[in-house]
Amino acid sequence: MNNVKEWWRSGEPWIWLNAGAVSVSMLVVFGLLALIAVRGLGHFWAGDIIEMRYLSNGSEETIIGELVESETINAQRFSESGYGVLPPGATEVKRLLIKTGNRDLYADFRWLTDHNIKALNTPEDLIVLERVEWGDFYGYLKQVNEQGQMVAEGEAAWDELQIRLARVADLHAEIKYLERGEIGSINYKLEDLRLARKKLELSNNATAENIARIEKQEKALDVKYQRLRVQLAELHNEIKRDSAHFQIMDGRVVELPMETFVSVLKPNAMNVFQKMINYVHAFIAFLVDDPREANTEGGVFPAIFGTVMMVLLMSVLVTPLGVIAAVYLREYARQGPVIRLIRIAVNNLAGVPSIVYGVFGLGFFVYFLGGNLDRLFFPEALPAATFGTPGLMWASLTLALLTLPVVIVSTEEGLARIPSSLREGSLALGATKFETIWKVILPMSSPAIMTGLILAVARAAGEVAPLMLVGVVKLAPELPLDGNMPFLHLDRKFMHLGFHIFDVGFQSPNVEAARPLVYATAFLLVLVIVLLNLSAIMLRNHLREKYKALEN
Amino acid sequence: MNHNSITQQSWRQRKRAIIDNVARYTIGLGGISVIFAIVLIFFYLLWVVFPIFQSPTVELKSQFSSPFIEDVTRYQVIEESGQLVARVQSNGDLVFFSMTDGKEVHSESIDLNGANEISQVIKYDVEGKRLVLILDNHRLLFVEISYRVNFVDGKRELNPQVSFPFGDESVELEDVDQIVHIRVVREDEKLTLLIIDADNQLLMRSFEVEYGDELGEPEVSSLQEIALNVEFMVVDTFAQWLYLANKDGQLVIYNIRDLESVELVDQMIIVEDERQLKQLTMLLGGNSLMAADDKGAVRQWSLQRDKKNQYRLKDIRGFKSDAELTFLIAEMRRKGLVSVNQQGEVMLYHTTADRLLLTEKITDDKILRANLSPRANKLLLESVSGQFYNYEIKNPHPELSWKSLWSEVQYEGYDEPKYIWQSSSADNDFEPKFSLAPLAFGTLKAAFYAMLIAVPLSIMGAIYTAYFMAPKMRALVKPSIEIMEALPTVILGFLAGLWFAPVVENNLLAILSLSFVLPAGLLLFAGLWTAMPLNIRRLVPYGWQAALLMPVVIMLVWLSFMVAPLFEAVFFGGDIKHWLLDNFGIGYDQRNSLVVGIAMGLAVIPTIFSITEDAIFSVPKHLTNGSLALGATPWQTLTRVVLLTASPGIFSAVMIGLGRAVGETMIVLMATGNTPIMDMSIFQGMRTLSANIAVELPESEVASTHYRILFLAALVLFLVTFMFNTVAEVVRQRLRKRYSNL
Repeated sequence: MNNVKEWWRSGEPWIWLNAGAVSVSMLVVFGLLALIAVRGLGHFWAGDIIEMRYLSNGSEETIIGELVESETINAQRFSESGYGVLPPGATEVKRLLIKTGNRDLYADFRWLTDHNIKALNTPEDLIVLERVEWGDFYGYLKQVNEQGQMVAEGEAAWDELQIRLARVADLHAEIKYLERGEIGSINYKLEDLRLARKKLELSNNATAENIARIEKQEKALDVKYQRLRVQLAELHNEIKRDSAHFQIMDGRVVELPMETFVSVLKPNAMNVFQKMINYVHAFIAFLVDDPREANTEGGVFPAIFGTVMMVLLMSVLVTPLGVIAAVYLREYARQGPVIRLIRIAVNNLAGVPSIVYGVFGLGFFVYFLGGNLDRLFFPEALPAATFGTPGLMWASLTLALLTLPVVIVSTEEGLARIPSSLREGSLALGATKFETIWKVILPMSSPAIMTGLILAVARAAGEVAPLMLVGVVKLAPELPLDGNMPFLHLDRKFMHLGFHIFDVGFQSPNVEAARPLVYATAFLLVLVIVLLNLSAIMLRNHLREKYKALEN
Repeated sequence: MNHNSITQQSWRQRKRAIIDNVARYTIGLGGISVIFAIVLIFFYLLWVVFPIFQSPTVELKSQFSSPFIEDVTRYQVIEESGQLVARVQSNGDLVFFSMTDGKEVHSESIDLNGANEISQVIKYDVEGKRLVLILDNHRLLFVEISYRVNFVDGKRELNPQVSFPFGDESVELEDVDQIVHIRVVREDEKLTLLIIDADNQLLMRSFEVEYGDELGEPEVSSLQEIALNVEFMVVDTFAQWLYLANKDGQLVIYNIRDLESVELVDQMIIVEDERQLKQLTMLLGGNSLMAADDKGAVRQWSLQRDKKNQYRLKDIRGFKSDAELTFLIAEMRRKGLVSVNQQGEVMLYHTTADRLLLTEKITDDKILRANLSPRANKLLLESVSGQFYNYEIKNPHPELSWKSLWSEVQYEGYDEPKYIWQSSSADNDFEPKFSLAPLAFGTLKAAFYAMLIAVPLSIMGAIYTAYFMAPKMRALVKPSIEIMEALPTVILGFLAGLWFAPVVENNLLAILSLSFVLPAGLLLFAGLWTAMPLNIRRLVPYGWQAALLMPVVIMLVWLSFMVAPLFEAVFFGGDIKHWLLDNFGIGYDQRNSLVVGIAMGLAVIPTIFSITEDAIFSVPKHLTNGSLALGATPWQTLTRVVLLTASPGIFSAVMIGLGRAVGETMIVLMATGNTPIMDMSIFQGMRTLSANIAVELPESEVASTHYRILFLAALVLFLVTFMFNTVAEVVRQRLRKRYSNL
């Protein structure tokens, strides 16, 4: 007893409690990372599809689907929530959430109670069909048709399906090229001509000659467009040729046009190795595909692209500004109370909520600067705003402002660490101040600048709140970079990984179906940011070592 | 050659000097402009917010004498943009003249169908473009004014038009021989006429109408004898409530929704004793009456249900003037009023803001007629001597006052003053409710719960990491915490909203119990571990306790989740949420403060942790060594020496953490229901200033009151966080100085 008292008085228990706080924090960090990784990466794994006999309302039915999650709840809550009939004597009930797919035919998620499941197996010829719309499809392949005529059935149908799917994929690629590339470019040029014409009218330059020239160009484009349209119609016809029959879980046989297929799999028949290959394919598709079905399916390519573009532009803006400001504060400005005040202010700006920057960006950049730019340089497009509306440029500028303190602070720290003996040495050898900074100080502090930039990029990549105000949209029809002059379209709205998570997770009509994709996107974002931060940390440690060596 | 190289060299020297100078100025300029850009944020926000606090102005724009020889005016109205004025003369002439100089623009004679003159004109829409002319033969003629906009040489030109919506024949009402007062209401396809005849009887006619068709057979109400001598007659825009009053301020209210059964709802006196009612007008929205007496006092009366679910007129608020009001005009788009009194003072008033915005003497003339433009930015006064005064009113944001932003406001239709944020609705008559109080409350609430989670965990963790932890483990822990700091808040918010909120809902008791299971369990384990034989204890060296405790924490959490349902079944009837609701009336919202607190706590922990750790770690070693050498235990040294020295640093860490929690947007946006309620319950959600900005700013109209208020919210956030951070920074710098002195 005495021992305990003494132990208590020594304060040792408190040390253990403090240690516990560290353990909890560490567990939370790694737990969260693990949760995101497991759920995000699990999304691409082709899980087994189960077929079972299920007893509901006294009659048995077949249910085909994928197990999403299961929970065990106590009997009282089970009956209170009206989930179903309780088996006699049970104290707790296991419930399973099954994704039954086929959203066009019936509800795509079902909660089942475990004790009502009678038989359960995983037949090898069950097929998962990823479709362009209505989500996944589960069923048995019955036959393959061409123009409504059967060409294969039974065993042969699977191989036939593969061959024809390859053709459909080729046609899809061709259609996409025509629609996005060629026709998109024509539309872009037509819009340009329309604006050019309006500009002429506005500047009272609309001579018959000028107008005729524009009209001639318009006509040429129109001819080209008509030709492409015919071509496109043909392709659309071609792609409609094939279809396939499937039997679904309630016994019905449905016919699905092959043009809606994205991929077919027989996951139950695949071995681990095949599944791994499929996993890689699925992951790559996620990275390079466009989103479908209101962003709840498909890939996140535009979001990745938008994030990268925005971050790159931001880096281009923030690096010189941040470095110049830091060099000024550290090397040129006279150190005194004013500079100390400014330094505190800059430091504090890093703590100002990001949404405030968003508000400023929307008010000042978009409405004030953008609105005036439009009036001065793009009067022909009015009342449609060119820069007077949220877009890539304003988003980058806003985030550059947001991350400016990070770069300034980091660069200043780097500059401060450089021993003054080096400066003095350089000056003593006759170099001017600028030469000293340019040739000695800046190269030596470049790791610090890099660290600042990396931290800035990591922060910008994860920031969502201000972007919601200054340029991010849930679905951007065009990428900010394409083959039309001037190639980089700073006025366009763009997609962003972080906003994608918010939008799909919270604003999509079918959250349950979208959930795996949100986890996958979150994983991607976390991965990028963790890697960036780790590199910044390593760079910083390396830097410290280096200066330690210098100081000695 | 030698000479040449010298000039070359001096040229090079000059070039270098020039470059150096150019660089000096460019960098100076660049540096200062970057700093300027940062300062700009604050001033821009202020610039946008500033107009809210500007007082309104009334300015005389022009003045002209009346173009009319004789004043036989029955009606006058200003057109939407405030360029033209339309005037109906008793002989049926409809004259349009310029608001700036009185020049006649257009004139039209209305065929009075044999009547001698117009005796009264009544408008039946808000803007006063739909008119009923009451002819001296007691027949009615419906007229509509419209304006066509043409652009002539790039200039906007208005062309007035007159049309007859129900035919150009005058209408005779059966059984109505004397019209003393009349009100007309058009609601969709229903046109209702309310007439008081010479015998003080109320007659009502209701027509099904279609534009262009003549009026058909009306639905006729029963006759109502009105007990008082009707002087004022007001009806709401939905033809539901009819208010009749006499000179002494006696008021009766009828429910006229159903013409078959018109019922008396309430009656009362709406002016003070011994006073006379001088003006009675309806506020926009049709919920409130504004009554002015002969001493210049105006009161707002609002019809609302009382506790017995009966409609009663309630005295909401009022304002005073030095003299009797000659005109009291309700604004057509806002809950504002413009009045002119006998001393020639104009007054602007807004009811929601409960604010008399302006009292200004503008004329000495006796005013005969006053008109307000639909946008409430032009006021036209006509004096008895035939002088017109054209005033411009600048009053863009009357809705706001310190009171309406931060205190409880009595809104129309509410039984008591409340804090409400409700910025928009589909309805034009809607009363915007801009109380920042619930948002500020939500912000503080979210920050409070976040700090409740974050402060103990991060400070305790930092103490251990800085003071007790083995250096090797510290090298692992610090980067992990930094990674945690970099975790995008959108990820935390998404996990909190979609994954954690349902987990908490299903395992509420387990989560709550962790707050004592964890410390108790850890202490128990620590005690047992200390009691272990030395050779086992040696397996985990001192400074690695945190690693040792990790599996224990996992075990404890697992245990809580296993045991809690049993407890719940035994003590709380199977579901603690039901139990709380049944026994304490505490409701449970899935996305609540607990979830936000934990999620935002996680976002704040790294910030506080890093700074605290830094402060503790840089306490000079000779202090601790001295204390230990004098025989103090490590814990005693920590509490009496280290923490005391580092306390300013810890304080600044908490301040910075608080700043972060106050401004955090995505987590609260995703992990709460975003309902602006004022409820301290941990099981209810909230709406914060930042989330409110994120939700509403993209849809807000530029330069509107709503827009500026959101900027005000941003400015408040900016100032609050800036203040927190500055205090923290100053404290930290002092601390650093002290360390270097020690």
